[in-house]
Amino acid sequence: MLISKKRYFQPLLTDTQLPNNMSTIQRNMSLTGEPPKTINTQQKIATLIGMAGLIILLLAAFNLNFPNKSFWLATSLTSIFLGILWFTRAAYQNKLEGIKNDGVWFKSISSRGYLGWITGIVLTGFYILLYFFPQYLGLQQGSDNRGLIALFDPLSKLLNGNPASQWFVYGTLYTIAILAFGIKFIWKYRHNRYEKIRTISVMFFQTAFAFLIPEFMARLNSDTFSLPYYDLKNIWPLNYYNFEQYRIDSFISAGDIGLGLLIFGIVSIFVITPILTYKFGKRWYCSWVCGCGGLAETAGDSFRQLSDKSMNAWKIERWVVHSVLVFVVVMTTAVVHSYLGEDTSKYWLTKDTFLLGVGAFLTLLFAGIWFFKRHQLKKDARYGAIGYLIILLILIGMHFTTDKTLFLFEAETLRKSYGFLIGAIFSGVIGTGFYPIFGSRVWCRFGCPMAAILGLQQRLFSKFRITTNGGQCISCGNCSTYCEMGIDVRAYAQKGENIIRASCVGCGICSAVCPRGVLKLENGPLENRIKGNEILLGNDINLMNYVNNK
Amino acid sequence: MEHIVIIGNGISGVTAARHIRKLSDKKITIISSETDHFFSRTALMYIYMGHMKYEHTKPYEDYFWKKNRIDLKRGFVKSVTPQKKELQLADGERMKYDKLIIAVGSKSNKFGWPGQDLDGVQGLYSFQDLETLEKNAPSNKVCKRAVIVGGGLIGIELAEMLSTRDIPVTFLVRENSFWNGVLPDGESQMLNRHIKNHHIDLRLGMNLKEILADENGRTRAVVIAETGEELACDIVGLTAGVSPNVDFLKDSEIELGRGVKVNRFLETNCEDVYAIGDCAEQHEAIGNRRPIEAVWYTGRMMGETVAQTICGNKLEYKPGHWFNSAKFFDIEYQTYGWVFANKKEYEAHFHWKHEDDTKCITIAYHKETEEFLGINTFGIRMKHEVFDRWLNEKRDVNYVVKHLKLANFDPEFYAHFEKEILSAFTNRYTIA
Repeated sequence: MLISKKRYFQPLLTDTQLPNNMSTIQRNMSLTGEPPKTINTQQKIATLIGMAGLIILLLAAFNLNFPNKSFWLATSLTSIFLGILWFTRAAYQNKLEGIKNDGVWFKSISSRGYLGWITGIVLTGFYILLYFFPQYLGLQQGSDNRGLIALFDPLSKLLNGNPASQWFVYGTLYTIAILAFGIKFIWKYRHNRYEKIRTISVMFFQTAFAFLIPEFMARLNSDTFSLPYYDLKNIWPLNYYNFEQYRIDSFISAGDIGLGLLIFGIVSIFVITPILTYKFGKRWYCSWVCGCGGLAETAGDSFRQLSDKSMNAWKIERWVVHSVLVFVVVMTTAVVHSYLGEDTSKYWLTKDTFLLGVGAFLTLLFAGIWFFKRHQLKKDARYGAIGYLIILLILIGMHFTTDKTLFLFEAETLRKSYGFLIGAIFSGVIGTGFYPIFGSRVWCRFGCPMAAILGLQQRLFSKFRITTNGGQCISCGNCSTYCEMGIDVRAYAQKGENIIRASCVGCGICSAVCPRGVLKLENGPLENRIKGNEILLGNDINLMNYVNNK
Repeated sequence: MEHIVIIGNGISGVTAARHIRKLSDKKITIISSETDHFFSRTALMYIYMGHMKYEHTKPYEDYFWKKNRIDLKRGFVKSVTPQKKELQLADGERMKYDKLIIAVGSKSNKFGWPGQDLDGVQGLYSFQDLETLEKNAPSNKVCKRAVIVGGGLIGIELAEMLSTRDIPVTFLVRENSFWNGVLPDGESQMLNRHIKNHHIDLRLGMNLKEILADENGRTRAVVIAETGEELACDIVGLTAGVSPNVDFLKDSEIELGRGVKVNRFLETNCEDVYAIGDCAEQHEAIGNRRPIEAVWYTGRMMGETVAQTICGNKLEYKPGHWFNSAKFFDIEYQTYGWVFANKKEYEAHFHWKHEDDTKCITIAYHKETEEFLGINTFGIRMKHEVFDRWLNEKRDVNYVVKHLKLANFDPEFYAHFEKEILSAFTNRYTIA
């Protein structure tokens, strides 16, 4: 009893005391420290180069008027890009292929240390300026841009012919972040082909669909032709304004192309999305195509471990994300309702037809789920679904019978509140600004209505699942720790149960970090998709049968 | 109400407790001197490496225990008196039990090396060992070199851990190749090269002679038996296996061998006293297994079994086909069935290795009947369930190699090697 004899006279430690007792977990603002916390000389130089690029942007933001904007913009963006690349190379070039999580919980930036908080505050501040005070970034009404936005004018003019806006600045930096940190991600997971291909996909969709194509579409617009130019893969309800009046008007006025885009927008959510989600799970969108997901997977990769895995967080997540979904449905219905006509002879789709259609669609959808999948719904899901449906139907009914405003609020009020609360505060300020505090997928997990729709389908009607490997789990916790969506993967793996969670975006990292080869993302048959074992593979066959089939 | 007391909150004891709770309403108490809550012992290395914090290694949230009415008691059991059905804790407290499960796990082996109890000499098994390691080797400034003695699974984990802090590691392995008592040559040699690629100073066929102290009684250096070389170091990791942690039972009536002696029902010689996990020793080994199995999975399986017995469904411990897994730096390892390093007289091996030197498999089969006996796989994930089935069905080796793709468990888009393996296997036959 060599280990214990000496010890039992010492005071026993409680769990809360344990981490403090570990001498290396100390958070200070130093970039260096001891390995694996330290960064090497090359990484320090690379950081300096990247920071220099950011400082140029900062100086521009403080209205330092650069003489040759094209040159300084190019210098700044190149420095940022190359800084990240060099940092990556210096980090991984001398390491063998494999999982690279050494020191993640020692480093200040990735463990909610000083650097993490500073980064969070700076990002949050940037988002507040971007959404609410673009004039401080240099946006001018009716005159030439100034400051930071003016610095981006040359690039904007080159791509779409117009001066830059705050969204152009944001889009450019966003794309650079996904590309540069995408390369970092690929380097980090270079042994893993799933991760490499997936990351190339998000890099492509960001650069082509989110960044370049809208700019070229804008170029097509003239005095006589106007088309909403936008990220075509940005599907309603993530793109919550897609069916607003000005967009519909401009789609329709842009002839066949416009009509085509409008139809594509509708088909995307009602046809394409269900088919792809059935075949591949929501990952086809959330971790392969989506821009929000793309940023989370690349620039946000260092923060994935910060998501909350507790049962409480999961409960909150289910209520919040589905409430946002209800909110966006209500808001969009109200907005579309507000601009439709009353007269059937002018256009077949009138206010009343539309409302009845929405009511019927939601009722049918609910009835279908209730009839076929009721047994798969947990108690709170049943209450939530019934409650929300009844409230919506009552509100629609009240509108017809008592002439009250639809959904009690004016469509414009709903639209503005949604745009402010969800579109700006939740998805931008909290969703990205708080990466270093709550992890990289806060928006996707708690706020995104698109993820909610895809998640419902993934949970109830999809071939996707993460399978576990017999009795091989050792409950180590790497999978749960590195799940950016806060799924307690281990809870399933150690029961030999498939992981079928609405929130899973299929990033594949749980499988990558598993040291014992237990997890695999798969598309398979619907039968026996959900199963759990009391007794895992490995023991007496009779016992396993006895307990598992009881 | 019947009171079940479990000594030890590792995977064995906790599995037993969980299953007893599922099957009954008995009062359950788990006693541990190590930590307040169950954590995954196999994840200790990730805490030191900074992949996880201690709280991430706890498989159940803290509310779980109260919700399931499993009482957790922090304390050290000093002795057990089966006649009185009572145990004594180090702080003088006594506790009565109706049934007792001993699940106290292991301690690191020490083979009487001079200096083995010096400051700076340690094993790696318990949470306290991890804390000691943080003290002994917080950084490469405090710990300028580490020497690890014993080339097994814990040894290579310790080497990986220390190397994440850039602490130079010398790894003394008694065998002529790493873990060669368990792994066939081809695999073991591939691992030698992988270990060296991670800049570990791997010394094969070397034994520890003694550990030298400085004037403060701290580790200063080791002396290697074969060469007499004196190697300066600040920490010595003793990882030459583990043995049951049962010294506290010496004066009890409970029969001990190296571990707590149990029959197939995991019963000890004393009524209502059971032993499971690392500390249990079978009177006679089961099949090709060892009498003492210090493995996560077998601990879990014994917990599942003993819970049935205690709740009235008396069951023998009958493990299914052998399986295990590990990770050697970046190379994952899984094994299903039996592949022996020293081939049994009936056993033949087929070995395939990928040219990148990080993937290989060895399939063992019966020389005459060609029955498939087992597989070791490195760098390619394979399905437990499929091999378990093939072993049940007593498939022959040709069938297994031909259908290897069915067992593949690598992530999507990974390169497949089944064709290459099949052609290597076929050619081997045509040549031979």
